[in-house]
Amino acid sequence: MREISFARAINEAMFSAMKTSKEVITFGLGVPDPKGVFSTTTGLQEKFGSERVFDTPTSENAMTGIGIGASLLGTRPVMVHQRVDFFLLAMDQIINNASKWKIMFGGTSSVPITIRLIVGHGWGQGPTHSQNLHSIFSHIPGLKVVMPSNPYDAKGLLLESIFDDDPTIFLEHRWLHGQVGKVPVEEYRVPVGEAKVIKKGSDITITSLSYMTVESMHAVKELEKLGISCELIDIRTTSPLDIKRIIRSVNKTKRLLAIDSSVKSFSVSSEIVASVSMEISKLKSPPNRLALDDLSSPTSFGLTDKYYPGALEITKTVLKMFGKKTKSLNNFKKIHPHDVPGDWFKGPF
Amino acid sequence: MNKSRNNSLELFKSMLRIRMVEESIAEKYSEGKMRCPTHLSIGQEAIATGVCSALEKKDLVLSTHRAHAHYLAKGGSLKSMIAEIYGKVTGCSLGMGGSMHLIDKRAGFMGSTAIVGNTIPVAVGLALSIKLKRRKNISCVFFGDGAVEEGVFYEAVNFAVVKKLPILFVCENNLYSVYSGLEVRQPENRKIYKMVRALGIDTHKGDGNDVEEVFSLTKLIREKIVNNAGPQFIELDTYRWREHCGPNYDNDLGYRTEEEFMSWKKRDPIETQRKRIKSNEYFNLAESFAHEIEEAHKFADKSKYPSYKQFRSIQS
Ligand SMILES: Cc1ncc(C[n+]2csc(CCOP(=O)(O)OP(=O)(O)O)c2C)c(N)n1
Ligand SMILES: [Mg+2]
Repeated sequence: MREISFARAINEAMFSAMKTSKEVITFGLGVPDPKGVFSTTTGLQEKFGSERVFDTPTSENAMTGIGIGASLLGTRPVMVHQRVDFFLLAMDQIINNASKWKIMFGGTSSVPITIRLIVGHGWGQGPTHSQNLHSIFSHIPGLKVVMPSNPYDAKGLLLESIFDDDPTIFLEHRWLHGQVGKVPVEEYRVPVGEAKVIKKGSDITITSLSYMTVESMHAVKELEKLGISCELIDIRTTSPLDIKRIIRSVNKTKRLLAIDSSVKSFSVSSEIVASVSMEISKLKSPPNRLALDDLSSPTSFGLTDKYYPGALEITKTVLKMFGKKTKSLNNFKKIHPHDVPGDWFKGPF
Repeated sequence: MNKSRNNSLELFKSMLRIRMVEESIAEKYSEGKMRCPTHLSIGQEAIATGVCSALEKKDLVLSTHRAHAHYLAKGGSLKSMIAEIYGKVTGCSLGMGGSMHLIDKRAGFMGSTAIVGNTIPVAVGLALSIKLKRRKNISCVFFGDGAVEEGVFYEAVNFAVVKKLPILFVCENNLYSVYSGLEVRQPENRKIYKMVRALGIDTHKGDGNDVEEVFSLTKLIREKIVNNAGPQFIELDTYRWREHCGPNYDNDLGYRTEEEFMSWKKRDPIETQRKRIKSNEYFNLAESFAHEIEEAHKFADKSKYPSYKQFRSIQS
């Protein structure tokens, strides 16, 4: 199968969805601009016209409400924001309207809107350009929250989200856009609400999501060499959360490490630890969580390295859970400066 | 030297210094030491200089993601700004904010933030407190043509009008919000200052590339505000020369035409002012600014990053 980037996979999903249904439209500041939201919307306006693919005023709140209104008549809007943080202006529309519309009117109406949000990371994005807010969205009943970790899931989950009848928050980590993987040319769906076992193992269950799955995969390989067999589960959607699949795995391994890309407290990883603890009483070591310190994301290059855990920290955390030494772990040479995902990233955004 | 010529020279100096600072950042950005989103003000210097020079030192300013010029024109420390962009602990926000989060309270520069429109109500809040304290200064907020598309702008202006607050709203219309032109965001032929007038606020319009015009207009408006005429709004036309975010030119992208760019470049605010003052001091000035700027970069480069402990302690 051919390989394409995550950004390209998103782009393909959009082409595919818009071809499949005339109801699908997409808009947001910069959607038709020459950069095409990190190349994810490139070519859409040329192909589908400016009625269905359009730029917007810098008006996140109103545009979300407008998307909600359009969706009531069966239009399927896909809204895009270059950062999650900008979408915070639309909290009223998404929380008080989109998530509630169905229940407010006794299920007689639904809001099939998809909101694509990009999560910033590194290169000095700082406190208001790199927030990881999936737990906030996941906390709201009535919203679905999707966070793919690879190109295959990105395409399949975006298509599923667009044709789902409920409002969906679709989170793309900026560092995944350049990630390459196998993706079918044809249209396919990945179900929302199903976690995926990336690697089977017997000693510990590791759950992760979005970009953290990439770091986890490196860690799991290293741990294998050190004699620890990890079962790695990519959550893929934080709401609904496939807690059954996780519990099934922990029942087998009797150990849990929940990895998250957000700050620790009140996080999705907390939710996983809580749910597992309530189901399984006898674990071989206390359930654990690896996430960010409860601090706003830093700007300075001197702070980001310590703030963001990666494969090395994951490996260390697991070793500690097994009571093993964590010294002499020198297999994690960082090829790039720590605040960029690779050579393809040239800053500044 | 007479007073008005002296003022013209000061305006020229302020703009030239800002331009040279911004160009030094553009030139050194590829060294990879300034690792944060950086929005340059090259081409837009006359607004920052004209407005801030007409304000008093005690007046308070808030700004946006594109804040370097406002900060410098208001008297913010150059060294602290450059160090901030380098992410160093000697920066104005201790390296924890970066290019988009500048502050220098001693100069009356109360902060800049990275979310479009979100300092506008904060500036109204400053004005509310100024009024409550019966102070004689004013609040002033800079924002772009994109920010008037946010609901919070209307809500904030409305309240300022209701309470007759001492605030100056400065809209820098550079025709773009990132790569999206006004034509896809606002109705054709509708003038921002005319629309805003309907909110019940006095509005004004000026050439944002003519520093003398910006200066004298702001002086007049400031007088009105301190004499209790209520909040005032001014729209100033200008143009950003470089890319929206980052150090390069971007005409190759095709979102704006070379002709448009050249027509604005011909209206270079600094060149216009240079012709007016007919100064022969240009080279001396440029040389001394170049020296000051080089020192600021060296200072930033040599400074330390903030420690994680510091970062943590500020937040706990
Ligand atoms: C609420 C919000 N939406 C979008 C962005 C992304 N963004 C950063 S700067 C900018 C341009 C805003 O245009 P304008 O207000 O005209 O300022 P200019 O960049 O032209 O100076 C945008 C859209 C943001 N920072 N915040
Ligand atoms: Mg603008």
